[in-house]
Amino acid sequence: MTVGLFIPCYVDQFYPNAAIATLELLEKAGVKVVYPQRQTCCGQPMANSGFEHLTKDCNELFVQNFAQFDYIVSPSGSCVLHIKDHLHSEKHEDQAQGIRGKVYELVEFLTDVVKVEKLTARFPHKVGLHQSCHGQRGLGLAQMSELVAPAFSKPEQLLSMVQDLELISLSRKDECCGFGGTFCVAEEAVSVKMGKDRVADHLQHQAEVITGADMSCLMHLEGILRRQKSNVKVMHIAEILNAQEG
Amino acid sequence: MRMKEEHTKDHAALAEDFNQDEPRVNWHDETLWFIREKRDRAAFAIPDWELLRETASQIKFHTLSNLSQYLQQFEANAQANGMTVHWAADAQEHNQIVHSILQQHGVTQMVKSKSMLTEECHLNDYLEQQGLEVIDSDLGERIVQLAKEPPSHIVLPCIHLKKEEIGNIFHQHLGTEAGLSDPQILTETARQHLRETFLTRKAALTGVNFAIAETGEFVVCTNEGNADMGAHLADVHIASMGIEKLIPRRSDLGVFLRLLTRSATGQPITTYSSHFKKPRPGHELHLILVDNGRSVQLGREDFRNSLKCIRCGACMNTCPVYRRSGGHSYQSAVAGPIGSILAPNLDMKKHADLPFASTLCGSCSNVCPVKIDIHTQLYKWRQVIVKEGYADPKKAIGMKAMNLVLSSPNTFKLSGKAGRWFMKTVPFLVSNQMNPWYKQREMPQPPKESFGEWYRKNRPQHD
Repeated sequence: MTVGLFIPCYVDQFYPNAAIATLELLEKAGVKVVYPQRQTCCGQPMANSGFEHLTKDCNELFVQNFAQFDYIVSPSGSCVLHIKDHLHSEKHEDQAQGIRGKVYELVEFLTDVVKVEKLTARFPHKVGLHQSCHGQRGLGLAQMSELVAPAFSKPEQLLSMVQDLELISLSRKDECCGFGGTFCVAEEAVSVKMGKDRVADHLQHQAEVITGADMSCLMHLEGILRRQKSNVKVMHIAEILNAQEG
Repeated sequence: MRMKEEHTKDHAALAEDFNQDEPRVNWHDETLWFIREKRDRAAFAIPDWELLRETASQIKFHTLSNLSQYLQQFEANAQANGMTVHWAADAQEHNQIVHSILQQHGVTQMVKSKSMLTEECHLNDYLEQQGLEVIDSDLGERIVQLAKEPPSHIVLPCIHLKKEEIGNIFHQHLGTEAGLSDPQILTETARQHLRETFLTRKAALTGVNFAIAETGEFVVCTNEGNADMGAHLADVHIASMGIEKLIPRRSDLGVFLRLLTRSATGQPITTYSSHFKKPRPGHELHLILVDNGRSVQLGREDFRNSLKCIRCGACMNTCPVYRRSGGHSYQSAVAGPIGSILAPNLDMKKHADLPFASTLCGSCSNVCPVKIDIHTQLYKWRQVIVKEGYADPKKAIGMKAMNLVLSSPNTFKLSGKAGRWFMKTVPFLVSNQMNPWYKQREMPQPPKESFGEWYRKNRPQHD
């Protein structure tokens, strides 16, 4: 099995460590991974702003880059959801359809396809899990608090395999952080207030690190934490699952 | 005037105003979150909750798919019961019908229970301009009416006001002692004031929660019994309903009554679920069926399902944006997520900001008792609004520039070392004091190399 590694544009540019951890985790799981170097962006920033009609070129490029792989894996629930819901191709719709069916967010790929049962990671810290909405409500990475249905959480399933990690509980376990793509600048006041409230929930429960499966939400929370001069860090879940802290 | 027609600020600007007082935002957020939690407890007490939602959704889907047939059936049965049925194509026609009924009876004062439809039609403004007086009998609605404000929430009209502020309003208008804020005393004051209204009004208007096609009856749900007090004491009862309020059979009603109040406030059922079928001898019962854009929405395939809405307000209570921006920031009779997919149908230009007042988190769709895919429709409205030309032209230029770089791998790679292009181009990452990102947040620190650069060095076999 060969996996095409899809690294969101802003992760490539700002959070290479999250991408490196993703690559190494997949390699440790025995998966052959290729990173197509001509990739750029899934087109979501434009589409969510109402400009889906401008994403045709991004879509064609995505199809060219990824159609050949058995699976496509990405450390971002949001970008994966966008591809799953909105990737189309005028030239190769069959390939686009294939991609929509074989694109996975990293956590669900590890739990559902690779079926990881143990990890060698150690991370002796109090960790708060931020459930990003697109991963959780869109891809179903964890049960949603609104639904009367049995509880489960794929990210928690993996975090529980990390030695010495203490997962904290939150008052509002799946409230949105307010990033929301261009929402974070178009609706700056509400976006920041939502972010501050999420951060406060983690801090009240003594988190040392806030993690999640979407770096964009974490980037927003990190911006608020650093403005508050907090020592609390954000880390992509791949970095924790791949951690080798002594 | 209750509704300010001038519309100079958009949702983001009004939300920013609302956020000037952070403790108040916290209070508003926590008050509504408390109701969301009550809703959760009520829903989780019913093991078949999700089946109930699905059933309600299917009944509404079926009804909307056969709406003209059910409307005709309902009209025939209602007329056979002795109701007078009116049809109003739009808000103006609705208001004129109400006015003409009141004129025929020489009535200049009317009592009205909660009806979001009459808010949508701005009925109070219209009747006041004709020299008629309307008193809202729902306590929350009466409070905002005295304060000369529109409701900020469809179920909890004065949820944005604290009890001290309500005490002030009552002091000014109902003569209570200054500084009084005891809810029990305030409620008793309102009760005495409204009792006099109920006893002296010859006409009462109510909303309609459900209209049943097979029986020609309609059902009004209130907690205060104010619809009943108004309707039973008046000679003329006028009921206004949107054409989407129909359900086919009386046996369908239980599905909706079980969902409505659990979703709205976490109660098992409203205190009063009153059935109205025919006028009492010597009295009149008028029913106005209002379209006002609903047929147009029914014809929009992507947005048709929004007409399933039973106005429970659960999407507002759960919405993290609504809780932190307040109902008035939506400038629409129906605020929040559902209002944001209904309002653009009524006036796309005026409400072009609303589908963007969301992070698309999806919580609204999950609490919706009739399973409207609200967040998907928000996304789809964004596409429509941009295509129809109601987006900011500067945004369109920026998006085109972004597309040029993102669709070209070479430009993307050449656009600079790690972070440089993003710093300059992606709107949420422009690093200067003027940028909204930077106002209350730090920028990510650009790393020494991008992942692509690292990969070429560390996995050269794939290059």
